[in-house]
Amino acid sequence: MIQLSINGEAKAFAAPLTVSGLIATLELTGKRVAIERNGEIVPRSLHAQTQLADGDVLEMVVAVGGG
Amino acid sequence: MSDVFQIAGKTYNSRLLVGTGKYKDFAETRAAIDASGAEIVTVAIRRVNIGQNAGEPSLLDYLPPSEFTYLPNTAGCYSADDAIRTLRLARELLDDHKLVKLEVLGDPNTLYPNVRETLKAAEVLVKEGFDVMVYTSDDPIVARELEQIGCCAIMPLASLIGSGMGILNPWNLRLIIEQSKVPVLVDAGVGTASDATVGMELGCDGVLMNTAIAAAKDPVRMAYAMKLAVEAGREAFLAGRMPKKLYSADPSSPLFGMIGSK
Repeated sequence: MIQLSINGEAKAFAAPLTVSGLIATLELTGKRVAIERNGEIVPRSLHAQTQLADGDVLEMVVAVGGG
Repeated sequence: MSDVFQIAGKTYNSRLLVGTGKYKDFAETRAAIDASGAEIVTVAIRRVNIGQNAGEPSLLDYLPPSEFTYLPNTAGCYSADDAIRTLRLARELLDDHKLVKLEVLGDPNTLYPNVRETLKAAEVLVKEGFDVMVYTSDDPIVARELEQIGCCAIMPLASLIGSGMGILNPWNLRLIIEQSKVPVLVDAGVGTASDATVGMELGCDGVLMNTAIAAAKDPVRMAYAMKLAVEAGREAFLAGRMPKKLYSADPSSPLFGMIGSK
């Protein structure tokens, strides 16, 4: 198991886990989301090959209405 | 009659930019934006609600990026670092999209911009290749520094965000318009159509608004009013208003040929 912080919440997941795997687990596949891992953007092209590690801090964002 | 409006090298027909917040639902958002004729729409970047919105429609379903130019903002950011991170995420989210609205706030009550943090963020973002439209105070010196940094549009407030108080300092706006070589847009404070017209008559290149439309009783109708107001103000500016004549009138009808005259 690995512990991740996602959008400020601690969550445990079965390892190994890639960014793509996490997106699938969260049922966000196909949604337009952007991901920052430990302060660095993970480009969409690298989601499938980026392995998540215990203690990673992730931000996952979408576009919402705003002015 | 060509009257070209360009931002960061791209030409637009509409000088009205609108936000997408505070609407009843996405259908109303879409209807209002269609009525406004806006081509550039601002969006906010927020955390995914994990587990709560799978399958829900998203803003992008109603406003496809293929039809509109998105202007992701940094609303709610109080530091240069947060604003920079937010816009890097926006660029990733929107497929290497470079046009952004930078705003760094300094106070939760007035939402007045923190110009020191704004300047800091602008420098980094311009270096990273972003096209930065920047929300700022109506201080002409700050506006000039933001232009020198390389921002592609200067967007001073007319009054506080969401206040609907209109254009409180037309003189400062004029100072900024006079000195700027990049587009100047009124951002924040417009309350009704005449405010937008006044801004355009002053020589602004465009107006950005959200609440004035979304918080109107009939947002779709107000969106249309704003479209007309921005167009009217622009046309009046280009036409050049008559000089003001103080202390005396000037009749519009001939003085000769009155009945009963000899």
